Amino acid sequence: MLLELAGLEVAYGGIKAVKGIDLAVEKGELVCLIGANGAGKTTTLKAICGLTVPRAGHVRYAGEDITGMPSYQLVARGLAMVPEGRGIFRQLTVEENLVMGAFIRGDRPAVRRDLEHVFEIFPRLAERRAQSGGTLSGGEQQMLAIGRALMSRPRLLLLDEPSMGLAPLLVGRIFETVREIAKGGVTILLIEQNARLALEISTRGYVMESGRIALAGRATDLLADPKVREAYLGEAT
Amino acid sequence: MDIFLQQIVNGVTLGSIYALVALGYTMVYGIIGLINFAHGDVVMVGALTAFTVITGLLGAGAGLPVGAVVALGLAAAILVCTTLAFGIERVAYRPLRRAARLAPLITAIGVSIVLQNTAMMIWGRNYLRFPELWQSRRFVIAGASITSMQVAIVLVSVAVMALLLLMIHYTKLGTAMRATAQNPEVAGLMGININTAISIAFVIGAALAAAAGFMVMAYYQVAHYHMGFILGLKAFTAAVLGGIGNLGGAMLGGLLLGVVEALGAGYIGDLTFGFLGSNYQDVFAFFVLILVLIFRPLGLLGERAGDRA
Ligand SMILES: Nc1ncnc2c1ncn2[C@@H]1O[C@H](COP(=O)(O)OP(=O)(O)OP(=O)(O)O)[C@@H](O)[C@H]1O
Ligand SMILES: [Mg+2]
Repeated sequence: MLLELAGLEVAYGGIKAVKGIDLAVEKGELVCLIGANGAGKTTTLKAICGLTVPRAGHVRYAGEDITGMPSYQLVARGLAMVPEGRGIFRQLTVEENLVMGAFIRGDRPAVRRDLEHVFEIFPRLAERRAQSGGTLSGGEQQMLAIGRALMSRPRLLLLDEPSMGLAPLLVGRIFETVREIAKGGVTILLIEQNARLALEISTRGYVMESGRIALAGRATDLLADPKVREAYLGEAT
Repeated sequence: MDIFLQQIVNGVTLGSIYALVALGYTMVYGIIGLINFAHGDVVMVGALTAFTVITGLLGAGAGLPVGAVVALGLAAAILVCTTLAFGIERVAYRPLRRAARLAPLITAIGVSIVLQNTAMMIWGRNYLRFPELWQSRRFVIAGASITSMQVAIVLVSVAVMALLLLMIHYTKLGTAMRATAQNPEVAGLMGININTAISIAFVIGAALAAAAGFMVMAYYQVAHYHMGFILGLKAFTAAVLGGIGNLGGAMLGGLLLGVVEALGAGYIGDLTFGFLGSNYQDVFAFFVLILVLIFRPLGLLGERAGDRA
């Protein structure tokens, strides 16, 4: 198991946002975590990344207990995140943003090559490499955030709603890229509101409802599940 | 002699010292949003450390060349100031990182008081006379006199500031520091240790403060446990004038403030029909501060809140 959450609980003050969840991601999988607004998806990711300290439970990654480990120690272990809202450094240039993604890497020539590789995946970024991150459109910022995460050569990539605020055409492209990244051997945990698209590219899925895992299973099974179809795919049963 | 040109020369000299000190305020503000009121006192500690080392070595008659004595004094000042600033951040500010804004601000004022009183116990309450190290030469250009000391101060300041800008804008470490200032949480996700980045900001600011402290002491040939107070306030004013959080702004603000103050001092007698003398020159800095806060609170080069670098 590459990533394993066991009995994870997170609270903000007195309010429990995540109420004891178990979740596992196997090496090479693309797993999605779907759920409505406020279900606790982002909170779960933050607990994995050391951005909030869980009240109870464990986060295990590659055989190591990383519960509450400060986030700056995780990249070196191969864990990268594309945060909700993208988290672009607005006053750094596109290229500087990408270089920051490779902050912990010392192998300069390889970093340069990966930079060019990201520019191949997202030619829009190449055209704007000297432009400051804050001037990019929402879609371009999402590409930059994904590219930046790739710059660390992650083993596990955590994506928090890459489709947020994007036009349908672009959402399709971003999902296509996510699928490609997974094919390239990166394990992915994808958080999404767009349940259909997420399940379509995933191997397995978890459905989160008010802090709990309500359903889990193979993506194809979830896509066929009447409850999921009704609640998350907007279909009448 | 041409008063106008003369005051420009004096103002640029003083202004480059303000700029060095202002950079310390602005770097710390940029990265943790704290107005480090103890920064002026770090300048004072730098000056007095250099004073002790330099006068000690000269007095011991070790026969070292003056250049070596100055280098040792400056190195000692930088070492003491950077260690001090590193420690202050660790002990006084870091525990309050998540506290309401007022708490670290009041702590900074407390640290300032502690530094001044400690310095007073070590170096006494009297003005300490700093010797003239080199026979200062004087050039007269277009009716204004420029001393070799003034030239040295401006050149050293410009060189140090250029190095800092290069470091911040063109190295990975500098980029990481800007990233941390803009979005510490995401910087952490990139593998940047935010605490280290913050410590580095304090240490760089303190090194600049040590250099500024030495130069201001050599310029006026005097040092005193209280010398950091007004100097710190003026440098803070310079940082606000340029746009606090903005490095270029601190440099511009420092120079402008030095020039405004020098011109003010040169003409205050004429302006007030002889009622006020040049000993009122300090009012100009604070007059500038008030005007900036009223008309351009973000400073000359300031950006929208949240976009500080
Ligand atoms: N910093 C915070 N302080 C207090 N409550 C918070 C905080 N962050 C999140 N919450 C609460 O925790 C719950 C879960 O939030 P979370 O952001 O994890 O939801 P989400 O599933 O990511 O939703 P969305 O799809 O809208 O992003 C919500 O009720 C939210 O209001
Ligand atoms: Mg969310």
